[in-house]
Amino acid sequence: MNVLSVKNYSKRFFIHHLAREISAFANLNFDLSAGQFLLVSGANGVGKSTLLRCLYRSYRPTCGEALYHSQYGVVDLASLADVDMALLRKQEIGFVTQFLRPRPRITALQLVSEPLLLQGLSAEVAQERAERLLDSFGLKTDLWHAYPTTFSGGEQQKVNLARALIRPHRLLLLDEPTASLDVQARASLHRELARLKTEGVAIMGVFHHPEDVQDLLDNSIELVLESVDREVEHDPNLLVK
Amino acid sequence: MDTLNNVVPLMAPQLITEMPLVRVQHLYQTYGRVRAVHDVSFDVYPGEVLGIVGESGSGKSTVLRLLNLQEIAKGGIFNLNVPSLQGENLLACDRYRRREVQTQHIGIVYQNPHLGLRMHYTSGGNVAERLLITGERRFKTLRDVAEDSLAVSEFPLDRMDDLPMRLSGGMQQRVQLAKAIALKPQLLLLDEPTTGLDVSVQALVLDTLKRLQQELTVTILIVSHDLGVIRTLADRVMVMRNGEVIEAGLTDQILEDPQAEYTQQLVHAKL
Amino acid sequence: MSLKELAHPASDYSYAFLDAYAKRELRRRILKGIALPGAQIPYASRELPIARGWGTGGLQATLSLISPHDTVKVIDQGADDSVNAANLRRFITRMSDAKTTTDTLQATLIQSRHRIPEEILTEKQVLILQVPDPEPLRRVQSDMAKSREMHADRDYGQMWLVLYEQLVRFGDYVQGASYPVMVHNRYIMSPSPVPRWDNPKLHQAQHLTILSAGREKRLYAVPPYTNVYPLEFDDVPFRVENQRGWVCVRTGIQNKFMNEIPQADGSSIFEVSDTGYVSKLIQRDANPATGTTYFDDEGSFYHDGYLK
Repeated sequence: MNVLSVKNYSKRFFIHHLAREISAFANLNFDLSAGQFLLVSGANGVGKSTLLRCLYRSYRPTCGEALYHSQYGVVDLASLADVDMALLRKQEIGFVTQFLRPRPRITALQLVSEPLLLQGLSAEVAQERAERLLDSFGLKTDLWHAYPTTFSGGEQQKVNLARALIRPHRLLLLDEPTASLDVQARASLHRELARLKTEGVAIMGVFHHPEDVQDLLDNSIELVLESVDREVEHDPNLLVK
Repeated sequence: MDTLNNVVPLMAPQLITEMPLVRVQHLYQTYGRVRAVHDVSFDVYPGEVLGIVGESGSGKSTVLRLLNLQEIAKGGIFNLNVPSLQGENLLACDRYRRREVQTQHIGIVYQNPHLGLRMHYTSGGNVAERLLITGERRFKTLRDVAEDSLAVSEFPLDRMDDLPMRLSGGMQQRVQLAKAIALKPQLLLLDEPTTGLDVSVQALVLDTLKRLQQELTVTILIVSHDLGVIRTLADRVMVMRNGEVIEAGLTDQILEDPQAEYTQQLVHAKL
Repeated sequence: MSLKELAHPASDYSYAFLDAYAKRELRRRILKGIALPGAQIPYASRELPIARGWGTGGLQATLSLISPHDTVKVIDQGADDSVNAANLRRFITRMSDAKTTTDTLQATLIQSRHRIPEEILTEKQVLILQVPDPEPLRRVQSDMAKSREMHADRDYGQMWLVLYEQLVRFGDYVQGASYPVMVHNRYIMSPSPVPRWDNPKLHQAQHLTILSAGREKRLYAVPPYTNVYPLEFDDVPFRVENQRGWVCVRTGIQNKFMNEIPQADGSSIFEVSDTGYVSKLIQRDANPATGTTYFDDEGSFYHDGYLK
C-alpha cells in the first residue's frame, strides 16, 4: 500500500531581492510503501534536503502533489491546510534533522520523553522508553539529567534521534541523521530503522554515508543537477532504480 | 500575497475536527487617518499557538488589544467558540459584557507590566483580583488559587505578598502570567512578553510559557518582533505589515521558506 | 438693637428656609434614592447660613421633609448638646416650628452626625445622616467619572481587593468608621463615618435612612427592610468594635457604644455615646420610657445570625 505517492513534484525558490528564481528539483515522481526505505541521493546542494523539507512542508512545493495515506484517508501534503499539516506532524509524520534544538533548563531525558507526554502517556512510561532509547544510542547515563545545551554535537544528535524515534510514525523523513554520530550510535540507528521497517513505517532519508543503510534500502531516488541555476527554470534529470 | 502564486495553493482545513476557538474576520481599526489594522482575518484552533510577527507599526499589538476587547474596533467580527458566547460578535458587545468576557475567557500579558498589574497591591492580590471580580468571597480560596496560579507561572511563592514594584522584570511577567491564567481562560494573549528582559531571563520565561501551554492546553496568541521567540513557541505564524497580513503559515515554513518579499526581508535581516 | 429686631420676621422666609423649588427637587431626589437603594443621587446643594462641612447635606434633607407636626432630634457624635447639634436644632425649629426632643422614641426626624441612636427606630421615624464623603470607591478610584462607571457596572473588584490586602498585611479589616456596605445586593455605599457598631443597624431596619452630603452634593437612601451587609469574606467575618467589659461611668451599663475618655493617669473611663439614652436611664425615676435597643444588655444584636 502506498503511503506516499508523489507526482510531478517541483520546487523553485523565488528570491525577491535578486529577482531570481532558483530551481531545486522538478517533475519528481515516486512512490513509497509502508515498510519501505527510500534513499534520496545526489551531489551536495542538489536539493535532497529540500525535497524532504517540501514533503514535511517546511518548504512550500511549487507544483505537483504528494498524496499521503494518513489515518484519515488520502490527502495531498502539498495543498493541505496548515492546521491539518500540523496535526499530521504531531500524529504521524516525523522529521529528523541533523541538529537538535535544545531548550534551556530541559534535560535530555525530558526532551526525549516530551513527545510521549504530549500524547498523553504517563510520566513513568515515557521516561522508561526515553531511557531505553538513550541507552541504545549510547548516551552516557550521567548525561540523561543534564542540559543538552552543553553537549557535543554527537551527544546532541543522539538526543535528537531518540526524541524523534520515541513515538511511532507512519512516515519518517531523515535528513542527514548520522552526520555527527559515532559508530555505535550509527549502528543503533540502523537497528531502530530496521525495526521501524518491520512495523510498517515508510522511511525516506538523506544519508551522508549511504553505506550505513545500504542493506535497508528498498529503493532510491537520485537527484542530479544538470546545469547551473539560471534565471530560467530547468529540469534536473532524475533516475529511479 | 501576489507572490504566493509560486507555490501550490492551500485548501481549507479538512482533517481537523474541532471548530476554531478564535475566528476573526475583516478586523479593521483606524486612529484618525492612520490605518492600524486593515482587513485582518484568521482562525486559531484550540490548543494552538499562533504567532504574530511584524515590525513596529505593523498593527500586531493593535490586533491583540482588539481581541482583548479593551478598544472598540471600527469594524470586523470576532467570535470565541465557547458555549456561552456562541455566535456572538464580541466586538459589538457593550461595556459590561466586554468586561465579563474579558475576565472569564481571555487573559493578557503585556510587554510593560505596569499595564497589566496594579503595582501597589501585592502580587498575590493582583492574581486574586480576577477571582474577586467573578464573585469569589472566601479568603482561603483566594490565597489557594493565587498560589496555584503563581506556582504554574514558576513564581517564588515566598514573595507572593510582595508588591510587583519590588520585583524584577522577569518576576513581574510571571505575576502577569499568573493573573492572566487565574480563571483558566480559553484564550491567552501575549504581547511581547519577554521583550526587554535579560536574555537569560527571557529563556526562562519562554520555557515557562511552553510548559504552561502544554499543561493547560490553553490557546495562545503571541505577538513578537523576535523571531527566536516565535520559533520557540508558535505553531503557526502571521506576518503583518502596515496593518495587513502579508503571509501566514507553519512557523518553520515562514522562517525557512518565506514567500512574500517583505517576509524574506524580515527573515534574512535577523542575525 | 437685638438680633431679633435686626433679623427678618419669620414670615419673610420660605417655610423651612428652602424655597418650594428646592424642597421639590430634594424630595424628588430622595424618592429616587429610595427607589435605588444605596445609589448616589446628585442634587443641587443650596446655600444655607451654615458653612459646607457642618451638616448642610443632612440639613437640606431635614428641611425638605419637615412639617410643623414633626418632632426633631439632632445629635452630633451621639450628643444632643454639642454646639453644632444645638445650632442645627435651633435653626431647624426656628424655620419650621417643629417640636424638638432629646428622646429618640419621641422624634419623627432624627438628624445625626456620625452616630445612630441605640434605641431601635420604627417605621414612623426617619433617620438623616450627615455625610462628608459619599463615595466609597474614592480610595481605589479618585476619578469620579470612572467611579460612576464602576457603580453602574457593579465593578467592585477593587474594593474587595483592598480587603484582601488588609487581611494579608494586617490580618484583619482595618476600616473603623465608614465601613463600606453592600445595599440590596447592588450598590456599595458608605454608611457615613458611623462606627462599625452602627453598621448593622441599617440592615432590615424598620425605618428609612437618608444620607446626604451637602458639600459633595449627593444623597442616597436605604429604604426600610433592605438588606445591608458589610463587605466581608465568607471565612473572615466583619466584627463590631470590641468593647467587652467597658462600663459606662454615668449609668453603669455595658454593651452600648461607648466613648473612651483617657485619664491623666493613663487609664480610661467610658461613657455611653448616646446622651439621650443616658439621660433617660439616669432619670429612670421620672419615668421616661427607654425603648428596646439594637444590642441587648448582653451585647447580642437583635437580628439573629447577622453578626457572626
